[in-house]
Amino acid sequence: MTTLQTVFAKAKADNRAALVGYLPAGFPSKGGDVAAAAALVEAGCDVIEIGLPYSDPLMDGPTIQDAVHRSLTNGTRIADVMRTVEGVAATGAATLVMTYWNPIDKYGADRFARDLANAGGVGTITPDLTPEESEPWREASAAAGIDTVFLVAPSSTEPRIKAVVDCCTGFVYAASLMGVTGARETVNVAAEGLVKRTKAHTDLPVCVGLGVGTGAQAAEVAAYADGVIVGSAFIRRILDAPDEAAGRESIGVLARDMAKGVRR
Amino acid sequence: MTAADLAGNGAYGDDPDVHGKFGIFGGRYVPEALIPALDEVAATYEKAKNDAEFLREFDHLLRTYAGRPTTLTEVPRFSEQAGGARIILKREDLTHTGAHKINNVLGQALLTKRLGKKRVIAETGAGQHGVATATAAALLGLECVIYMGAVDCERQALNVARMKLLGATVVPVKNGSQTLKDAINEAFRDWVTNVDTTHYLFGTVAGPHPFPEIVRDFARIIGVEARRQMLELTGKLPDAVCAAVGGGSNAIGIFHAFIGDQDVKLHGYEAAGHGLESGEHALTLTAGSVGVLHGSRTYVLQDDEGQTIESHSISAGLDYPGVGPEHAWLKDSGRATYHGVTDDQAMAAFSLLARTEGIIPAIESSHALAGALELGRELGPEATILVNLSGRGDKDMGTAMKYFNL
Repeated sequence: MTTLQTVFAKAKADNRAALVGYLPAGFPSKGGDVAAAAALVEAGCDVIEIGLPYSDPLMDGPTIQDAVHRSLTNGTRIADVMRTVEGVAATGAATLVMTYWNPIDKYGADRFARDLANAGGVGTITPDLTPEESEPWREASAAAGIDTVFLVAPSSTEPRIKAVVDCCTGFVYAASLMGVTGARETVNVAAEGLVKRTKAHTDLPVCVGLGVGTGAQAAEVAAYADGVIVGSAFIRRILDAPDEAAGRESIGVLARDMAKGVRR
Repeated sequence: MTAADLAGNGAYGDDPDVHGKFGIFGGRYVPEALIPALDEVAATYEKAKNDAEFLREFDHLLRTYAGRPTTLTEVPRFSEQAGGARIILKREDLTHTGAHKINNVLGQALLTKRLGKKRVIAETGAGQHGVATATAAALLGLECVIYMGAVDCERQALNVARMKLLGATVVPVKNGSQTLKDAINEAFRDWVTNVDTTHYLFGTVAGPHPFPEIVRDFARIIGVEARRQMLELTGKLPDAVCAAVGGGSNAIGIFHAFIGDQDVKLHGYEAAGHGLESGEHALTLTAGSVGVLHGSRTYVLQDDEGQTIESHSISAGLDYPGVGPEHAWLKDSGRATYHGVTDDQAMAAFSLLARTEGIIPAIESSHALAGALELGRELGPEATILVNLSGRGDKDMGTAMKYFNL
């Protein structure tokens, strides 16, 4: 199994940033999700985040909301998410689950961590779980041997950054901007400062997400971050494609561009 | 208005802990980006609630603008249907804008000024919180954007027009169930994007800490007045206090001043919609389970994997699958009891109050009225029941016209 530690060590040895791609489970279809993620891996993504579709994704913009809504309408359940993780992990990419807290809470933290580890998942990203509320999840994750990733934001104070990075094991997710997910024209200038501030508190890799949509933007972010996270831009291409095969091809093209970007 | 009126004195041990927890309920489950803003709101409120100038200003607005104190009204002809129990209404429908929502909104609008912010956003279901927010924004010169589910926009068209007239921008939300739950999600998305300039003027006692505490404190005036007025009117405290519960702001508003009075039973009435068995209801406390929604741990209507189940009620104001964490705590501690009232029961009480007393209540409040009728029959003619008439029914006339074929 590829771990986050091996991915970031290898990227560092290659003097480049890692490329992290996000897709929700069950999107564009059950089964089609693994194929889409595999296309991202083949095109150069080192890490895949599988989104757990949730009814109330309050940090997501319209593109991810649309994809998640389709996935839920298709009847995606947590068992499907685990199957998707298993399929994606088999491609050799380090595979995480990105999820709001309530589905884990309801499923049972220990059970979720164990099932995720058994499926080959290496960790989770939990965008609405604060350090104050995170202890049960960190304990369950540690017991199952999976990593925990939490978010810092441009608004985070130094004590908050310290509190968040102290809860992270795999990497730290730096939200590039104050806002929701979705590709933007430019990557916010706050991102670089946030990465710098975060690195002052930790030796963990720091990855930047929110708003990255092109190879040029990936290159720009890779100049100061250890990883570049892309989600909405891939999903937009799948949504705009006439069929799943065309969608896979389209995200492959974009991912290759991004992969070049992180190597510049 | 004193600091004790505003926030109680903590004597009941019912304030949340430093993390905003009422027992296991409450807390903060939000993106990290919002934490500094929540901290700022909490710190500003802590200062304000002990600041004589803030209390004076709030009190002044409540008296000269909102129309407080609101009166108590005894409803003997209505009470005849309740086995003769003595039913007394707390008339929040007589406030400016016609509902209890104005109390919280004036407090938070003053807080917005102290935060140095010029823009407020709010979510609304029935439109009363939206109207109240737009009103306070107009009064204090704040830019105002209201998020409202597209379905609610349709069934509460009159309130949409009122908000627009008051200068607010109304954004119909077309995601999910297109009701209050989705309006809250959208308002959070706005807040996380514009938090530097914007205060999220949260409308009920739900959401991340410190909103459940702040909204409760600003609504607490209802119970503070009612407790004093009951003693003046009847010489004793009521046997029971009844209120409708959606998110729970009017109920906490009237309950809170009575929490220390163990002999006063507290009864909350949720929307049972078409009935529990139909699956179309908003029985969060009665039939929900513990989970996290909109930034807070509380009772939630959810499936076995934590996906929110859409609620239903004839009342847009009660059509919400979550509830404030303090209600969850009051339920689990046994201090308050929560029941369901169906659409039909609520509409029967709505009609009864109109015909017997000449008061057209909000459909939300009609749930509490229906509950009081039943409770009165149970407790008998010696009992005195205080009901929070949280709002008036003007906004619900479209629904009533359809329901009664008027």
